[in-house]
Amino acid sequence: MAVLTDREKTMMKQETQNAEETPKRVVYNTKDLNLWYGEGHALKNINLAINENEVTAIIGPSGCGKSTYIKTLNRMVELVPTVRISGEILYRERNILDKNFKVEDLRTRVGMVFQKPNPFPKSIYENIAYGPKIHGIRSKKILDEIVEKSLRGAAIWDEVKDRLNQNAYGLSGGQQQRLCIARCLAIEPDVILMDEPTSALDPISTLKVEELVQEMKKDYSIIIVTHNMQQAARISDKTAFFLNGEVIEFANTDKIFSNPSDKRTEDYITGRFG
Amino acid sequence: MVVRERFEEDLRELQNKMLELGNFSAEALTKSLDSLENKDIEAALEIIEDDTKADILEEDINDFAILLIAKQQPVAVDLRRIIVAIKIANDIERIADFAVNIAKSTIRIGAEPLVKPIEHIREMHRLTLQMLTLSLEAFNDEDLSKAKKVAEMDDQVDELYGQTIQDLLQLNQSNPGHLPQITQLSFISRYLERAADHVTNIAEHIFYLVKGKRYDLNN
Repeated sequence: MAVLTDREKTMMKQETQNAEETPKRVVYNTKDLNLWYGEGHALKNINLAINENEVTAIIGPSGCGKSTYIKTLNRMVELVPTVRISGEILYRERNILDKNFKVEDLRTRVGMVFQKPNPFPKSIYENIAYGPKIHGIRSKKILDEIVEKSLRGAAIWDEVKDRLNQNAYGLSGGQQQRLCIARCLAIEPDVILMDEPTSALDPISTLKVEELVQEMKKDYSIIIVTHNMQQAARISDKTAFFLNGEVIEFANTDKIFSNPSDKRTEDYITGRFG
Repeated sequence: MVVRERFEEDLRELQNKMLELGNFSAEALTKSLDSLENKDIEAALEIIEDDTKADILEEDINDFAILLIAKQQPVAVDLRRIIVAIKIANDIERIADFAVNIAKSTIRIGAEPLVKPIEHIREMHRLTLQMLTLSLEAFNDEDLSKAKKVAEMDDQVDELYGQTIQDLLQLNQSNPGHLPQITQLSFISRYLERAADHVTNIAEHIFYLVKGKRYDLNN
């Protein structure tokens, strides 16, 4: 119809313009990644380019491979004995699956925060200072600085500054999780992986962590697995929808939550299945 | 498996409320032209009085939609369904207002016989009503072909409007004594043309609902 054609043309133009945003640098580039647990094909031909200084959310129903995927990014998945992997994961253009790649190098660049807060059974101070100490920092002054900076970075400094020597187990769940984020920041990572970091937290603590994530993307690249779709919509720049080990759709979060291209994405985010 | 059965039910209820408002406006529009043709002042007054019902229905739709957003936090097409319902309800309510305007013109013309038969106005009215019914069906079925048809019919209404105004201007020259009535008839054709534009807006909203993109069907 004539009335539509002009309009459609304009829209096609707009879409092209959107695609021509200033390109960001890619921190992780996954190419044809396949992963098996024994016979089970858990990840199927994953191709994802993850930008630096962005929050990338991974969503999908239970068992879709999202946690497996995030655990391949720091090679934690190798701890499962039956695992088999093919393809490439380029971190800063180096293939981390390469035999010669030292996993220790990766772990100092890529921090991880888990579903349940897992502080060490030590003081708040020691929780943060532990990593830097392992990396050879001995100076009390420098360690003090790192502890304060990290706790501030995780928006928990004011709550714990007067009790740094108390055991971390005395903190609330939400505080423990922010402490774990601070512990992550202490080694000055490049990337932070978060595997459902707020699923064990109360709503207020959840919002604090969400605020924090958005703050942190100025300095870090963040990949977050979440079951909470509103959370993905609120805090991420890009969203990848996983289903049965495949990436169904990977796009700007605004697009995924307003007008996804794939029917299966739409069905999932609107709660039609999952 | 449908996970959100309750939400689906709520969306259906929203749709039913929309249809109720739509039917109300369609009926008001029908009555308004009948009152003009039959010089039925009583009926015209009734249309004016009844209009609060359209306002109440629209408010009810808005309140229901706001609650749905707050409780269900809809996204994507679900969110568009609710936003579009709010917008369409507004357009439908405006159409009821045009019926009121026509009723007011009818009262102003009063008992004075019509200077000439009003085929063009009647035809505009018929088309606008048909467009409204079709647009409600399109909304209910999320059917783009019906929405497209509505936009096409609007072109016919616009054309008829141009002709009607020209006829009325000529009539005014040959019957200068009937200026007040001819002015009211011009107003009425303008109201119908505007009502048809609002129906076209509804069609645009349906495009947005289904496609998630905006289309301008009014040009």
